[in-house]
Amino acid sequence: MTQGDRGMSEPIVRIEKLEKSFGAVRVLNEVSLDVGKGDVVTIIGPSGGGKTTLLRCVNALETYDAGSVRIDGDEVGFSDGARRRRRGDRELARIRAETGMVFQLFYLFPHLTAAENVMLGLRRVRRMGKAEARERAMRWLERVGLREKAESLPAQLSGGQQQRVGIARAVAMDPKVLLLDEITSALDPELVGEVLAVVRGLAEDGMTMLVVTHEMTFAREVSDRVVFMEGGRILAEGPPAAVIVDPANERVRTFLARFR
Amino acid sequence: MFAAMLAALPFLGGGLLVTLEVSALVVVAALFGGLLLGTGVTWGPLALRLVIRTFVDIVRGIPVLVLIFAVYYVSPEIGLRFGNFTAAVVALSLFSTAQVTEIVRGAASSIHHGQMEAGRSIGLTFTGCLVWVIIPQAVRRFLPPWINSVADAVKGSALVSLIGVVDLMLSIQQVIGRTYRPMPLYILGAIIYFVINYTLSSLSRGFEARFAYVRE
Repeated sequence: MTQGDRGMSEPIVRIEKLEKSFGAVRVLNEVSLDVGKGDVVTIIGPSGGGKTTLLRCVNALETYDAGSVRIDGDEVGFSDGARRRRRGDRELARIRAETGMVFQLFYLFPHLTAAENVMLGLRRVRRMGKAEARERAMRWLERVGLREKAESLPAQLSGGQQQRVGIARAVAMDPKVLLLDEITSALDPELVGEVLAVVRGLAEDGMTMLVVTHEMTFAREVSDRVVFMEGGRILAEGPPAAVIVDPANERVRTFLARFR
Repeated sequence: MFAAMLAALPFLGGGLLVTLEVSALVVVAALFGGLLLGTGVTWGPLALRLVIRTFVDIVRGIPVLVLIFAVYYVSPEIGLRFGNFTAAVVALSLFSTAQVTEIVRGAASSIHHGQMEAGRSIGLTFTGCLVWVIIPQAVRRFLPPWINSVADAVKGSALVSLIGVVDLMLSIQQVIGRTYRPMPLYILGAIIYFVINYTLSSLSRGFEARFAYVRE
């Protein structure tokens, strides 16, 4: 298996021969992918190609049928013991706490303020005291440029602001990998920039990220590696220059033509 | 007429207490039963959902009075010896549990599934998601119809008089049996039931105001 340019240490995310079907439809077909520490790997491709399902398998919001997903060595969907069995609620929660997820439709908790949205996981999962959690939440809100909105409810924020709170909520948990699922697709065009700027900053700071996006310019600028998925398979993989700028694969070329 | 009402009042106290007691037992039992079954029917495995669904549909499809008679007269046949008070409470609780189950399901499923996913994605367990994410949002959609069901339970409790439980309704009829003056007594009864239920609906409006928050 190709390991990109780092390859020295064990990758943070290691996906091997992952298979997943919804009924008769096979949405993931022997997908293998590694994300090394500090890497930004972007998945592109047409809708229904399995990108989002792959991402959701990494934090067990979706189960998988065969193959494996490991986060820092820990198998996500199944216990590591002699007998392979699906993990229970408590084990899954422990594993999910190590990954951060940002959703296309934000999914902020509408009954909580921006600060409380960020604090919930710190308090109830990381078991931090209120003052400590609050300080940390405020630091991350400041980082995404929303310190002055800390006491606002999600309904009082713009889409771009909500998504930035969503990012703060995920990264405040100090995840080993951040999963971004088309996080700008539901935003008005003029709000996309502010969200992508936050993600760029995180990438520069060495946050490990697995990103599903349709923003090709962004993908080209921020990714260490780009993966093209269609029909549940990875059809092309490599540095952005090879996959996006000058694609060898015919399917990738046709797909990208729509973005030019 | 007013004098007749006043004269009857002392004889209704015991019945009123029984009505309140039956109602309170039913409301508490149905609240716990309904929360449990409502959670099961919303998030449980398919088999469990089917069982609960069937129970709810059957119970809601039967008139409460038939349910009361069924529990009272059928329970000895299957080896349960319920007194009329117990039979009444069991039957009304079954009915109210089915109602509350539906209310819980409605309130819970009105919360977008993304909320549960967002809760899970930050590492909350299923229970954690319920406690910190789902319930705080669902409670405001649960309360108004639930208070309605409480009022239904209070009104429905009048049916227990038909299996000889001396509640407010039967006390009223006993007084009528002695005075032969139905009019003032039924009006008095109506007023007492109304006062109880009006108090409940006022409480409900108070709760609604308290749990309101800005929506998305």
